[in-house]
Amino acid sequence: MNEDIKVLETYEQAVLEKYPDWVQPDQREGYQGLLVEPANLISLMEGLRDELGYDLLTSLTGVDYYPEEILEVVYHLFKSTGGSILEIKVQAPRSNPVVPSLVGLFPGAAFQEREAWDLLGIKFENHPNLKRILMWEGFAGHPLRKDWQEVFYGDEKKPYEDRWPEGKTKKIEMDNPYQENIAYPEGFNPETWIPEPSELLFEGSIPLEQEKQIDTEKLVVNLGPQHPSTHGVFRMVATLDGETVVDLEPVMGYLHRNHEKIGEKNTFAMNMPYTDRLDYFCSMSNNFGYALAVEKLLGEKYQPPERAEYIRVIMAELTRVLNHFMAIGFLLNDLGAYFTPALYTIKERELILDIFEAVAGSRMMCNYFRFGGVVRDLPEGMEEHIREMVYERLPRQIDELDRYLVDNEIVIGRGKGVGVLTPEQAIGLSAAGPVLRASGVPYDIRRADPYSIYDRFDFDVAVRYHGDVYDRFLIRYDEIRQSIRILQQAIDNIPQGEVLANKPAYKYKMPVGEAYGRVEGPKGELGFYVVSDGTDNPWRYHVRAPSFINLTGLRQMCLGEKVADLVAILGSIDIVLGEVDR
Amino acid sequence: MPDELNKPEYNIPPELEGTVAITTLDRIYNWGRRFSVWPMFFGLACCAIEMIATAGARFDLARFGMEIMRPSPRQCDLMIVSGTVTKKMVPQVVRLYNQMPEPKYVLSMGACASGGGPFKRGYNVIAGIDKYIPVDVYVPGCPPTPQALLYGLMKIQEKIDKESIKEVSWYSKEEDHGVPVPILGPDLIDVRDFPELMERVSQKEDQA
Repeated sequence: MNEDIKVLETYEQAVLEKYPDWVQPDQREGYQGLLVEPANLISLMEGLRDELGYDLLTSLTGVDYYPEEILEVVYHLFKSTGGSILEIKVQAPRSNPVVPSLVGLFPGAAFQEREAWDLLGIKFENHPNLKRILMWEGFAGHPLRKDWQEVFYGDEKKPYEDRWPEGKTKKIEMDNPYQENIAYPEGFNPETWIPEPSELLFEGSIPLEQEKQIDTEKLVVNLGPQHPSTHGVFRMVATLDGETVVDLEPVMGYLHRNHEKIGEKNTFAMNMPYTDRLDYFCSMSNNFGYALAVEKLLGEKYQPPERAEYIRVIMAELTRVLNHFMAIGFLLNDLGAYFTPALYTIKERELILDIFEAVAGSRMMCNYFRFGGVVRDLPEGMEEHIREMVYERLPRQIDELDRYLVDNEIVIGRGKGVGVLTPEQAIGLSAAGPVLRASGVPYDIRRADPYSIYDRFDFDVAVRYHGDVYDRFLIRYDEIRQSIRILQQAIDNIPQGEVLANKPAYKYKMPVGEAYGRVEGPKGELGFYVVSDGTDNPWRYHVRAPSFINLTGLRQMCLGEKVADLVAILGSIDIVLGEVDR
Repeated sequence: MPDELNKPEYNIPPELEGTVAITTLDRIYNWGRRFSVWPMFFGLACCAIEMIATAGARFDLARFGMEIMRPSPRQCDLMIVSGTVTKKMVPQVVRLYNQMPEPKYVLSMGACASGGGPFKRGYNVIAGIDKYIPVDVYVPGCPPTPQALLYGLMKIQEKIDKESIKEVSWYSKEEDHGVPVPILGPDLIDVRDFPELMERVSQKEDQA
């Protein structure tokens, strides 16, 4: 733990020495990183990227420091060759928050800046397409600002006082029957109101005019939000020239469930079950990321015991196996093998879900991790069961799936050379996980910046070099095989002992400060940025969702491809809408 | 097969047992419908995954004649609202419901679709799809297990059994205008609330 901090300081000192005029250390108690003036941001970032090698802008978010009248933008930078975090912060007045956009330097910032504009109202100067991303155009206000209240506003923080007035329940709808909190614009008339005009979608994309020389015109095709292959309520608006995609605009927010606003009202412990519902295939890894972030904040007293660390790794890797099995099955669905391969993969998923149900009590929403360990020990006989799974069943099944699918002519024909993302593009677009590694960048947080006990295991970082749909398909096989290796080592070496470092608690005494915890989730880097003001509830709770940020690269992958390949490319990214929209 | 169709009062000669059924129109009409309910392939959130698991080999929707999931609402009899309905999504859900031909049923799967669930107080979440479209069966759970969903589907079948061809709404002469599609304004606006809303907005302007 101490060593980590030392490394971090040298990182920051290197930047301080190189750019003494531009940056100053963040002096607030419990905070880290460097502060920079908005005017110097672009030059600093350019220097960091080109001279110091910070080429991965993994996460960008805003924090509303309401009492101080400050909006802060936080950038989390990493080197794609590995290493720990560098935090850069920019502050802007709350009345007129303008920050220069980083899209020119890091294209991966595009969606995240739009999200910060949508939810916090931070204007990013020179952003090519700054409009709302999760809510719709015309929505009143920026919901993550601390003075914004939802329609059925209960109270600032949970647990709510108003739930049982005079000992009986009441419907929350009755708190506010006529929507007092909505700021209707002046002269608003519901009968003449035009909901989000569709032209807004194409603002910022190429003009749709008819080309004069040849008698042809471009066609706009809308896929979703109800479409069998968009993996949920996701929408793509593709502009076609013949069958070729010339522009593509992903539209999301149809499953925006307000994780972050609800998370700020919850106590820290209450957020754990909500993380289950982010990426609902991988609830165990989501728990893992959140637990790591809060444990960082809580300090060394909450270091999980040895057995808990092993259980955590076993659960996280089983989740990865489960997720990649499903990713393979659904990708084949998208390629036209309607449901037959998926049935094989669902079968394996069921067997892994049985393990989850036995240890956590629920198939999908496990809520198994706690700060400082896991909630309960493995049930009797479970170690033997897992051992049999990882030594017998899973290796056999992955070989079987390999035999059926990998050399399949249609898979090769539809996958090879389609939806290519070069390594430079992938890094620039802040891609993570299998998408990044299939493009030839061997960046795996388990190796690049090890957390928990991953430094003890012998495994290879899966990497493929073509960056196309077929490689993104193959890398999932590689990763399942590596996960099985880790699982075998973990189940062989798991010690006996306690599984929770502290007593089970409902509330924790949180120090003031901030923490960013990240894990290599099955879909990529899953990060949790938590700011605590010392009370029971987090001041800011932000999720760096890998599916969401991987989608930034979707347009790049689809340009020039045929419309039929859109579905395959989307399937190869493997998104889950619960995490995209949060 | 004919045994469950037979109306008990009529005696069938022993030599024809198992071949001939004497039944009522209602019975055979409902019997045909209950085993060919086609659900919509329509996933909203987490519950959709359990819905797919239900269609998988272990739980096997095909036993109920329901394995044919159609992505197009025009071919569906049953809408499984599987997950959180957000304000941004509800116009589409209502439109899909309107596009389904009669007879149609709605199964609200999980806590979110039934009443908002853990996200109830979110600013973009509606507290239950039944505020917009009529729901036939609610299945509790977060997410409901496949067993629970199967039980809900069996309840739909029971409901179908109780209907009578004389009374069903889709053969009545009354015109069905569908459910008005809500619109996205500064917040979600239910078209049915227009008069109240107009009054409110004008009151506010008077005050200002």
